[in-house]
Amino acid sequence: MEWFIENAWLAVALPFLMAVPTWLLGQRAKWLAPVLAATGPLLLCLVGFTAIATHGDGSHAGASVSWIPGTIDISAGWMIDGLTAIMFAVVGVVALMVVVFSIGYMHGDKGWARYFMLLSLFTGSMSLLVAADSLLILFVGWELVGACSYLLIGFWFEKPSAAAAAVKAFLVTRIGDAGLLLGLALLWREVGSFRFADIFDAVAAMPGGTLTAVALLLFMGAAGKSAQFPLHIWLPDAMEGPTPVSALIHAATMVAAGVFLIARMWPVFEASQAALVVILAIGALTALASASIALVQRDIKKVLAYSTISQLGFMFAALGAGAWGIAMFHLVTHAAFKALLFLGSGSVIHGSGTQDMHKMGGLRRVMPITAATWILGAGALAGVPPLAGFFSKDEVLHAVWGASPVAGIALGLASLMTAFYITRATCLTFFGKYRGDGHPHESDYTMTVPLMVLGIGALGLGFTGHLVAEVLGTHAESLDPVTAVLSTMIALVGIGAAWWIYREDVTADQLLQTRAGRLWDAASGGYGADTVADRMVVRPVMVGARALYERFERTIVDGAVEGFGRGVSVVGRTLASLQNGDGQWYGAMLGASVVIMLAIVWSYDAINLWAVEVISWIGG
Amino acid sequence: MIGVLVSVAVFCIGVYGVLTRRDIVGVLASIEVMLAGSMLALVAMASGADSVTGVRPLGQSIEAVVLLLMVIDAAEAAVGLALLVSVARRRGVTRIDELQEVKG
Repeated sequence: MEWFIENAWLAVALPFLMAVPTWLLGQRAKWLAPVLAATGPLLLCLVGFTAIATHGDGSHAGASVSWIPGTIDISAGWMIDGLTAIMFAVVGVVALMVVVFSIGYMHGDKGWARYFMLLSLFTGSMSLLVAADSLLILFVGWELVGACSYLLIGFWFEKPSAAAAAVKAFLVTRIGDAGLLLGLALLWREVGSFRFADIFDAVAAMPGGTLTAVALLLFMGAAGKSAQFPLHIWLPDAMEGPTPVSALIHAATMVAAGVFLIARMWPVFEASQAALVVILAIGALTALASASIALVQRDIKKVLAYSTISQLGFMFAALGAGAWGIAMFHLVTHAAFKALLFLGSGSVIHGSGTQDMHKMGGLRRVMPITAATWILGAGALAGVPPLAGFFSKDEVLHAVWGASPVAGIALGLASLMTAFYITRATCLTFFGKYRGDGHPHESDYTMTVPLMVLGIGALGLGFTGHLVAEVLGTHAESLDPVTAVLSTMIALVGIGAAWWIYREDVTADQLLQTRAGRLWDAASGGYGADTVADRMVVRPVMVGARALYERFERTIVDGAVEGFGRGVSVVGRTLASLQNGDGQWYGAMLGASVVIMLAIVWSYDAINLWAVEVISWIGG
Repeated sequence: MIGVLVSVAVFCIGVYGVLTRRDIVGVLASIEVMLAGSMLALVAMASGADSVTGVRPLGQSIEAVVLLLMVIDAAEAAVGLALLVSVARRRGVTRIDELQEVKG
C-alpha cells in the first residue's frame, strides 16, 4: 500500500503516457481506446484511496528536482497530502465513470480514439494540477486542463457553434489566467520561490497590501476557471461538448480547480480579510444569480450548467467565509451528484435524441434506471436529507450565515431556487406525458452502471464529512440543528412548489412567460451577461484591432515590407538592363571596371599619402 | 622604353577594335592586334640592357617564348576562324551585335 503513495507521481505520468497509444491503437482496435484510457483513472483511484486510508500515518510523500538550475533556481516536484488525496480520489472516480459511460455514449462516433486520448490527457493534466508541490507546476497543469477543455468543448468542431464555444471558453478563462500569472509574478518577487512551503513561510512577513493583491489575483484565476461572475459566461456555452465531458470537466473536476487553488493557497487567503470578503460576495452573488437563470432554461444541459455555476458559487462563498474544509466537502459531494446528473442527462439525450425538455416528459417509464439515479442526484442537489448535498450544503449555509447574514440569506434563496429548478427539470424530463416524437429507450449497461455507482456516491457521501475534515486537517463541523431544519424546509418548499406547478405539463412555462415576460426573458438570456461582455470587451477589442490593422499594419508594417520589395526589384531591373547580351558591352564594362578599380587603389594610396602629409604638417 | 610605349598603344588599338568592330572577322583581327601588342611588349622589355653591367639577362629566352607565342597565335586564329565559319553556317550571321543571347 505504501508503494502507491511513494510512487504517486506514476498516477500523474500514466495518463499522459497512455494518451498516445490510446490514440494510435484505438483507431485500429476500438475496444482498446477506453481500456487504455481507463488505466490512468484506475491508478488515480488506487493512489487516492490509499492516501486517504493512510492519511493518519503521516505518509505525506513528495519529491522535487531542480528544473531550471542557476541563480534563479526553479524546482519541479509533486507531493501528496490530504487535499491532493481527496482530489485524486474525486478525479479518479469521476474520470473512470466517465470513461465507462462514454463507451456507450460515444459509440460509433468517428472521433472515438481522439476522444479517449483527450480524456486521458485531461486526467493526467488534472492530476498534475492537484499533485503539484509548487505554484508553477500547478500553473502548468492549470493551463493543460484549460487546453484539454478547449479541445473537448470543440470536439465536434464541424459544428460552428461548438468551435465558437471552445474559443470563448479558452479566451474567457485566459482573462482569469492573466491574473493568476500576475499573481505568480508578484509572489516570485516577494518570496523568490514558487514552492508552497516557501510561500507559506513567507506569508507572515509580507505586507498586507501585497498579500491582498496576491490573493485577489489568484482569485481572478480561480474565478475564470470556476466560472464565477463576471467570468462565468463561458460555462453555459461549454455544453456544446459531448455530455460525458461536461460531467467530467465542466461539472466535477476542472471547474472545481478554482476552489482547489484557493484551498491549496489557504494561508495566503487567510491572511487577507479583504480578499475573503470579495470572494464571499462574488460567490454568493454568482450562486443566487445563476440559480435564478437555471429556473427558466429549456435545455436540460443549460439547467445543469447554470446549476454548476451556482454550486461553485456556494463553494466560493464557503471559502470567503473562511471554511475551506467545508468548501472542499461540498466540492466532493457536488462532484458525485453533479457528475451523476450530467451523465443522467447524457443518458436522456442519448435515449430521446433531444436536449429540449419541452420535448421530453414521462421518460421514467422507458428509462427507469436513469430516472431513479437522476432523482437521487436531484435530491442530493436540492438538499434532501440524508442525501449528499444536504450535509455539505448545510455546512456551507451555516458557515456563510456565521460570516455574513446577507450572504447567508442570498444562499438560502439560492437553495430554494435550486430545489425548484432541479424539480422542474425532473418533472419536465421524467414525469407527465411524453411530448416528443421519437422512440426513447433506456441506455445500455455501460451507461447505467456508472449512473448507479455515482448514485451510491450521491447517497452516501454526505456521511463522509468528518472523514474529509480529518484528512484535510480542518475542524469538523457537526450538523447545526437549526440550519438543518431550515434548509430541509427550504428544499421541501422548493420541491413542493415545482412539483405542484410542473407535475403534469409544461403549460406553466408558457403561462409564466406571458405573465412575467420581461423577467423571464432576462433570466433565460442570462441577464444579458453575454451582451455586456460583447459591448464592454469584445467590440472595443475588435474596433481597436481593426484600427491597428488599418492604420499600423496596412500602412507602416506592410508599407515597409512592400517598399523594401519594390526597392529591390527596381534596383534589380536597373542592374539587369546592364546585362544586355552584347559581348562587346561586357568587354567594355570589364575594361572600365579594371580602370575604376585601379583608380580606386591608386587614389587610396594617394589620399593616404596626402593625409599623412597633412597630419605631419599640422603636427610639425 | 619607346618600344614599351608602342606596344601599349598597339594593345589599346586592339582593345578598341575588339569592343567596337561589329563584324566578327574584324573582332578576330583586333584580337590578333592585341596579341601582337603583348608580344611586342615582351620583346621590348627584354631588349633593354642593364645600365650598370650592360647584360641582357633574359634576352634570348624571351625571344624564344615570343616565337612560340606566334605559333600559338596562328593556331588560335585558325580555331577562331573555324568557330566563325561554323556560326555563320548555322545562324547565317557574321555580325557580333546579332549574337545577344547571354543576357539577364
